[in-house]
Amino acid sequence: MKTPSTVAEVADIIRSSKRVLAVGAQTKPRLSQVPDEVTLISMRNLSGIVEYDPGEFTFTAFAGTPLREIVATLAAQGQYLPFDPPLVESGATIGGTVAAGLSGPGRFRYGGLRDFILAVRFLDGNGTQLRGGAKVVKNAAGFDIPKFLVGSLGRFGVLTEVTFKVFPCPPALMTFEIPCANAAEAAAHIAKAASGRWEFDALDYDGTRILARLRGPQEALDLLAADILNCWPAAKRADNAVWDGIREWRFVGADGLLVKIPVTLRKLPALEAILQARNMALHVVGGSVAYAYHSNVSYSETLNEALVEVSLGGLTLRGFGARLCHGDSHHSAVAQSLKLAFDPCHRLGA
Amino acid sequence: MSLSRFAQIFPPERLLTSAAHLSAYESDALTAFHSRPVAVVVPESADEVIAAVRLCRELGMPFVARGSGTSLSGGSLPVAGGIVIALNRLNRILKLDATERIAVVEPGVVNTQVTLAAQPFGLHYAPDPSSQTICTIGGNVAFNSGGAHCLKYGMTSNHVLGIKAVLATGEVVEFGGPSRESIGPDYTGLFVGSEGLFGIALEITLQLLPRAECFHTVLAGYRTLEEAGDAVSAVVASGLLPGALEIMDALAIQAAEAAVQSGYPKGCEAVLIVELEGPREKVAAERPALDALLAASKPIESRVAANAAERAKIWKGRKSAFSAVGRLSPDFIVQDGVVPRQRLGEALRRISEMAREAGIRVANVFHAGDGNLHPLILYDGRESGALERAEELAGRILKMCVAMGGSLTGEHGIGVEKRAYLPDMFSADEIALMHRIRAAFDPLGIANPGKMFPGGDAPALVQHGLHPLEKSGVISRE
Repeated sequence: MKTPSTVAEVADIIRSSKRVLAVGAQTKPRLSQVPDEVTLISMRNLSGIVEYDPGEFTFTAFAGTPLREIVATLAAQGQYLPFDPPLVESGATIGGTVAAGLSGPGRFRYGGLRDFILAVRFLDGNGTQLRGGAKVVKNAAGFDIPKFLVGSLGRFGVLTEVTFKVFPCPPALMTFEIPCANAAEAAAHIAKAASGRWEFDALDYDGTRILARLRGPQEALDLLAADILNCWPAAKRADNAVWDGIREWRFVGADGLLVKIPVTLRKLPALEAILQARNMALHVVGGSVAYAYHSNVSYSETLNEALVEVSLGGLTLRGFGARLCHGDSHHSAVAQSLKLAFDPCHRLGA
Repeated sequence: MSLSRFAQIFPPERLLTSAAHLSAYESDALTAFHSRPVAVVVPESADEVIAAVRLCRELGMPFVARGSGTSLSGGSLPVAGGIVIALNRLNRILKLDATERIAVVEPGVVNTQVTLAAQPFGLHYAPDPSSQTICTIGGNVAFNSGGAHCLKYGMTSNHVLGIKAVLATGEVVEFGGPSRESIGPDYTGLFVGSEGLFGIALEITLQLLPRAECFHTVLAGYRTLEEAGDAVSAVVASGLLPGALEIMDALAIQAAEAAVQSGYPKGCEAVLIVELEGPREKVAAERPALDALLAASKPIESRVAANAAERAKIWKGRKSAFSAVGRLSPDFIVQDGVVPRQRLGEALRRISEMAREAGIRVANVFHAGDGNLHPLILYDGRESGALERAEELAGRILKMCVAMGGSLTGEHGIGVEKRAYLPDMFSADEIALMHRIRAAFDPLGIANPGKMFPGGDAPALVQHGLHPLEKSGVISRE
């Protein structure tokens, strides 16, 4: 593992290596599990917030900056990243979160990480320093490279700096739980709540209940709560601390197999059936992304076969030796051409 | 010769070649440019679009996809020697799924039609460019269109979940899908805003959002632009997140009032529109804070929309401002630069100075919440050199926006209009990467050539006149 301290050093490592993969804190260990010939580049020394002006609703940070530092700095100014990046206390970095393409429960209300990233600095496969996007909250100039790099797993560039849009953090939050017998029931509840007037900030399903969150002024939440509890008799108030556990993925063990599966409400029951048949745990964020877990990594193969059958795909975040991609995956000729556009010598990525 | 091949795909009434037919397609809403295509084809199905693109590839013939032709950056300007693929008849909403809160639409569907279809389910499609009653989703996707609610809700790219497209290589691809999440890289995100340089979107999956239950819309008039700008800063600093924060200057107010009589306060140098939205309990809780800080900003007059009709009237003035400016001047250029929000006041002062030096009138309408300026540079194309002087001023404004740390364009795209300025914002290496990305989708360079990148053939300039649709008030410029 190399630990460069400057962007120029990162460029040198790229140019002088056969294959490289940039890593942050390796909180999604399957994503940094690489063959021996791949040189890992730790971005931990390229860390720190470069620019932050609360009045602009934007900040820029080096890729290796821990989320913990960013979240705390924003909170001190009453601002936040509404998509709830995961693993904040676990040490995840902003660059790793972008490359993995991960958002938390708050993605339900205002969109995911892709909807808040504004600009990037990165190195292509030749070690050339490049920028994409612009450091302002609105921009339509040039191709949207920042979005493209979200979830790209380091295959198209080594991120060195990222700029995000932030929002003012509403003063209060309130949590409700609604017991659900199964995913079909949960999906029906989520569909109804998602198009209703209450404007939930998050709607998760953990296999036994829906967890719903509101944000806003306390006086408004108190009034909304009365209406919600009245209209939705099964609902009851829950402890806000539940979101801390979800953010840190405490619903799964540190070892074992953890797979992210984009899903829809209509497909949720089929996905739950597959997972139940394999004794796998399930946590669903916003009805649109499921996290499937089993303590035994060898369940990777059977999960793969089952996901193919229901036309869903998954990305493994944890699970040494598990396959990286599960189920459906799309291949296009243009994907190969694009890889060459960013990385002609195939130096980047695991 | 080549047209006979198109005649095998399209019947004569949908393969337009006469001068009379072609002239209607020579220009888009960037009326200073025009170019006559060899032919216009009017497909009625995705298969016909695919066949047309594959034939273009075989013939090495340039093609330009076009919806309603409302691009302000010349994005759908035809290419000499090429064809126009007019997509207006691909206007079906293929699916509206209220459970998933998505719509799957063809590219020729008009923006507002999506919201109209979603309304019975309490849903709406958030991006709202001023031309939304005529512009199409295909064009919105190509140019990543914005609107008045971008700070809170983002632009078109934040609402497109999936795209089925035919690339310039002839390959048909499906990026993303019905889920709001995906596993990267984000090809859908890359496709949106690619200005037609990759290919043509055939089916677009859009996310729908619940319509806010309640709105609190305030119109405040100020003695100076600076006071209006200070009010915006106070709103931003307060921790509120309004759905919209819009400012118009005196010239723009004058034009809008002449056109649609929204009843904007008299004698103001600037009006500010602020809108809170959400559940009634939340709006009620936030309203006192907004009202107090607006009162402290000392407007000449401040007015709250008492009902939906009054709210619509306030917005009508704002949304008609661009076409209304046509009443003040026979010709104008709309700019779309972005500056860091807190430098808006400085940017406006400098625009005003540059305009004075050049002896050119400039009206200003802008999205104050996100720093997106829309200077309207007025000129009379019948005067010799007037267009060139207006363009020179436009160029100075663009360079200023980039130098202030902003962008050449917030929501109109680079197109033909601003392509010469791309190197002001991006390095040679960065533009080279964009060329390589383009070549991955379009190795022959036949999809909408001459847009975004500097260089290439210059289209003909016309010196004067509004687009006929604009003159009739059907379209407007954002």
